[in-house]
Parts: sequence; C-alpha cells; structure tokens
Amino acid sequence: MLNFMENVEAMPVAEWTTNFVSRLTDTFAFLFDPIKDGLGNLMDVITSGLDAIPPIIFILLVAILAFFMTGRKFGLAVFSIVGLLFIWNQGLWDQLIDTFTLVLTSSILCIIVGIPIGILMSKSKIAQTIITPILDFMQTMPAFVYLIPAVAFFSIGVVPGIFASLIFATPPTVRFTNLGIRQVSEELVEAADAFGSTGPQKLFKVELPMAKYTIMAGINQTVMLALSMVVIASMIGAPGLGREVLSSLQRAQVGPGFVAGLSIVVLAIIIDRFTQNIYKDRSK
Amino acid sequence: MLQKVILMMTIMLQKKEVNTVPIIKVENLSKVFGKNTKAALQLAEAGKTKEEILKETGSTVGVNRASFEVEAGEIFVIMGLSGSGKSTLVRLINRLIEPTTGDVYIDGENLAKMDKKELRRVRRQKLSMVFQRFGLFPNRTILQNAEYGLEVQGMSKQERSEKAKTSLELVGLGSYLDQYPGQLSGGMQQRVGLARALANDPEVMLMDEAFSALDPLIRKDMQDELLDLQETMKKTILFITHDLDEALRIGDRIALMKDGNIVQIGTPEEILMNPANSYVEKFVEDVDRAKVLTAQQIMKRPETVNIEKHGPRVALERMREAGLSSILVVDSKRVLQGIITADAANEARKNEVKNLSEIIQRDVPTVEKDTPLHDLFAVIHDSPVPLAVTENGKLLGIIVRGAVIGALAGEGEVNENA
Repeated sequence: MLNFMENVEAMPVAEWTTNFVSRLTDTFAFLFDPIKDGLGNLMDVITSGLDAIPPIIFILLVAILAFFMTGRKFGLAVFSIVGLLFIWNQGLWDQLIDTFTLVLTSSILCIIVGIPIGILMSKSKIAQTIITPILDFMQTMPAFVYLIPAVAFFSIGVVPGIFASLIFATPPTVRFTNLGIRQVSEELVEAADAFGSTGPQKLFKVELPMAKYTIMAGINQTVMLALSMVVIASMIGAPGLGREVLSSLQRAQVGPGFVAGLSIVVLAIIIDRFTQNIYKDRSK
Repeated sequence: MLQKVILMMTIMLQKKEVNTVPIIKVENLSKVFGKNTKAALQLAEAGKTKEEILKETGSTVGVNRASFEVEAGEIFVIMGLSGSGKSTLVRLINRLIEPTTGDVYIDGENLAKMDKKELRRVRRQKLSMVFQRFGLFPNRTILQNAEYGLEVQGMSKQERSEKAKTSLELVGLGSYLDQYPGQLSGGMQQRVGLARALANDPEVMLMDEAFSALDPLIRKDMQDELLDLQETMKKTILFITHDLDEALRIGDRIALMKDGNIVQIGTPEEILMNPANSYVEKFVEDVDRAKVLTAQQIMKRPETVNIEKHGPRVALERMREAGLSSILVVDSKRVLQGIITADAANEARKNEVKNLSEIIQRDVPTVEKDTPLHDLFAVIHDSPVPLAVTENGKLLGIIVRGAVIGALAGEGEVNENA
C-alpha cells in the first residue's frame, strides 16, 4: 500500500527538459554561433594582449596598482609580487592569463546583465517577486548542470564556460543592487522627489551613488563565484589553471594538483582584495 | 448716489479678495492607507474613529477631509502628536504621498489632478521641502547639496552654483562650501537643508519637523533664524511640529491635528484662549503663557494728554474721569513724551503753570509691543506707574499689574486685533 508510487508512472521531466533544450538549440542556432564566435574572438584578443606583456612587468604593474588601491599600504603589493612570481616559477603563467581572462570576461558580463536587472527589481515589486525565486534557482542548482545545455548551445571550449559562469555568478550582483537601492534612506528618496527629480535623475544622482558600496560588495561576490567556476568550466574544455587541477585529478597527481590549486587561491585573494578596494568607503 | 457707493464698495471688496488669494488651498483632502479606501472614507465621514475604521475595514485613515488655506507670507503650523497625520498631510501637499481624495491648490493650480510632468514643474518652481533628518546627500558637498534643486532643473553649473552660494551665505554657511554633510553639526546640516530649500526660490516651503532633531538650544536659535529670514524672504511656510511651544513661537496660525482630523485652526492666542474642545484644552494646559503672550495682547487703551495742545487743567480733568493718579503724555504724532502725576498737575494749576512740559516726568517705564509677558514681571514689579507699550516710540497702550496676572491665569481679555 505504501509503495503506491510503484504504480505511478514517472513524470517525464527529464525528457521535457531535453526536448526543450534541443528545441532551443535548433531555434536559436543562428544566435548562438555568432555569440560563440564573437565572445571567443574577444577573449583571444584579451588573452593575447595580456600575454604580450612580459610577466615581470605585469607583476610590477599589479603590485603598484595594489599599493595605491589599498591606500599606500605594502601588504597586498608584496603578496601580489610573491604570489605571482610563484605562479610564474611553476610554469603556470599562460594558464593564469587564461583563467584571468575567463574570470574577467564572465564578471564583466555578469555586471552588465546583473545591475540593470537589480535596478528593475528595486523599482518594481512584481519584478522582485518573479526574479527572486529564479535567482534562488540559479544559485542552488549544482553548477555542473549548467554545463550540459552550455555545451549543447556553444559546443565545448571557453564560451560555454562563460555561459555557465554567467548563470552561476550573476545573482549576487542582482541581489545586492536591488538591496542597495532599496536601502537608500527614505528621506533621501523623498528629497530627490520633492525637488522635482525625474526617475533617471533620482537613480543616477541619488540612488546609485548611495548604493554603490553595497553594489560593489555584490560584484565582489560575483567575481569570486566566477573564479570558483574555472575548475568546473575546464570540464568542458575551458583552458587555464582549472584544467591543470582537473588533469591532476584524472591522473591522481597530488603534487601538481596542489600547485595549480594554490595558484587559483593566489589569484582569488588578489582579485578579491582588488575588488574590495575599488569602492571602499574611506570616509567611514 | 447710493448706487455709486455700493458699486465702489463692491469694487473694493473684490480688490481685497484678489489681494488675499491663498497660496495654498487644501480642500477635503483625505488619505487612506490600505485596500478598502472607499468604505474607510464612508465610515470616517460617518464619524467613526480611526480604531473603529481599522477594525472594520483593515485600512488606516491617515488624513481625514482636511481643509485649510494658507495666505502668502504666512507661517502656518500643523501641529499634532505622532500618529496624528501631520507628516502625511504635508506629504499630500507636494504629493510625495498620493491623496485618496481631495484637492490641493498651489497658486491656483490643482496638484492632485496633475500628470507627472506638471507635478515635477510645480515641485521645481513653487515648492521645496526641509526634512526632519535633514535629507542631505552624504556623497555631495554642501554646495552640491544646495545646488540639487537647481541641478535637476537643468540650470548651468555656473548659474546654479551662484544661486546656491547666495542662499548658503544667507544661512551663514558661506565658508563651508566644499565640506561634506557628515563633517557638520546637526544645526549646520539643517541650515544646509534650509539653504537647499531656499535656493530655487520657491513660493512655498514645506518644513517637516525641521527642527525636531536638534537639541533645544540650537532649536531655539534656528527658530529665531527662521523668523529673521522670514522678515526678508516673505515665503509661505507650512511648518510641521509636535512641539506646541515651537508652534506658538513661530506660527502665524496653527492647525491642531488629532487622529487624522484637523481639530482647530487659529492664531496662537485663539488656540490658547479659546480651545475648540477638551482635547485642545488639555493640550494647551501646560503651556507657559508667560512665554507666549506679548505686551501687545494684554495692554489696554491708554488715557493720554497732548503736550502740544493741553495744559494741567485738562490733564487733571482726564485723570479724574478715568480714576487715575497719573496720565501719559504724547505729542500730536502719538510719540510718548512722558508722564504727569495728579499731584504735579494740581501743583501746576495752583502755580498757574500753563505748559505741561514744565511738570512732565520724562522717565516712563516702557516696553516694546512684542515683549513677552515673561519679561514684563521685573519691569512692572519695580514700577509705581503702569507700563507704556510702544512701537518705534509711538504709544500703543498701557499695562497694569492686574492685566499681567489675569493673562497668566488665562482669564484676562486678549486683544484679538493684536
């Protein structure tokens, strides 16, 4: 009696999804191909541009930037030099540049997509009600799952990796933008209205400037999530440090796996401190 | 002939009406928060209380059929405790909150029926607002804050910074232009709020508990400063407060609110002396009348003699008629000259002195017409003769001791024409 489910046929959700995705692939093939080519080319340009810079110059530039961004402190600058020299020394420089390009591109795309959606959510209760569960879904679905349709749309390589990162890493930017704008004190919003601001004036002169620290916190999270996707993205052929980790795993090589993993950690710390410092509220 | 007179009178009346056209006119303005607005309004009209309506409909009546007019140059205070709907009412006037029903006319234009574009125009040109917690933009400098209203109008950078500087100088902050709000004290921040509101030269300023967040001493300074500014600016000010002393101090007229209803509208004296109901009465019972009432409001019409026309005989005559032991002396322009006692006048008559100037005492205790009662005590205590009340040297009235005590007890007559 308790096993009544044996007599009920399984709902063909998997089948539906498969059909849906393959239909999407067929219908929008004309869109996916140019996106794949365009994005692929863009990343090639960025990668070759970064590759053209000799590593030692690159490292020094990062260190100088770190010194000034942290308010003339040596901590991050020294860490950047030591960490990046280590990666170079381990012969992982090219992989580092690949990974960096992947993170940079997907983060920028996340921001371009995420901030407007966040603004929309903050302005419309309906939009917020609809988008919030979608964001929950995007963040809780295991990231591996996105790889499957990504490959279906863009075949293997770096572009499907970006697509998967985009889905996985955009939610924090959207959420924090929404939160930041909603947190602007009511009196300031009233002041903006009372003096006759238009909607865009209110947004750009009051709400976004007031929300920028919160939005930056969201962007920081997005960048970190994008970075966490590099190993996963390497499973569908994205190059970089992630691929090193993956191949070490496949060959059960502890040493090289640790080195590649450590390199990712170094990159993560540098990127995290940089994004935290871009818009730090120094007046507080 | 009679027709002509009537015609003239009607013309005069019409003229008067044109002159006193109200800048703000609020008619039957209501706001219901919640879903069932129609039912709530009907119940409110039927005289149900806020709680009853909330229980029956689930909606809260914020403001219930408020109607009043504010004339140009007037400081109109809306006063009430928290939850009385005063902050809602002021936000209905510039439509930060959408009215449920009713009309708001600013300078003859109905704000309640405007589209967004029109509303923006009126907000930019005719209305401005000062906020309780100042509402300054922390990421903008003092100058940029004061410029905000002009900036959104699309005014050129040079012109708007010129105007903003002028209005910052007006509030005494001309040397703080590049500071940020966080670097200033509360009182100074609110001056910036005031300067921002003055910068676009509005006809109406809405001040929502503008001084409530300041400590008492600064608050009093700001009240004085507002009154000083008002002397020269002649704006129409709608001032919201929960502080009765503040209301009485700065208000030309006061509207008292309770549970979304306007309970009484009147001058400070009317509210104090003729409370419309027991609520108002209870409200004003603790007011320090000595700080509110002024010399002008308790003075009486003076008996006088004219130094240029009259002699000791007339002076004596008038004193006897009025039962006085001394009489004030003025000239033909009613400028106070001094006082003559009955004894001196009697002496002068015996000695055949014709001219009052020979027996006059020039030293008369005098107060200005707007001296508060509070400051009269010491003067009147030391004086054997009544106090003379003057305005620019001209005699307006006299104050006897009994009038001061009577006014304190809330019994004395208060001059309505004050």
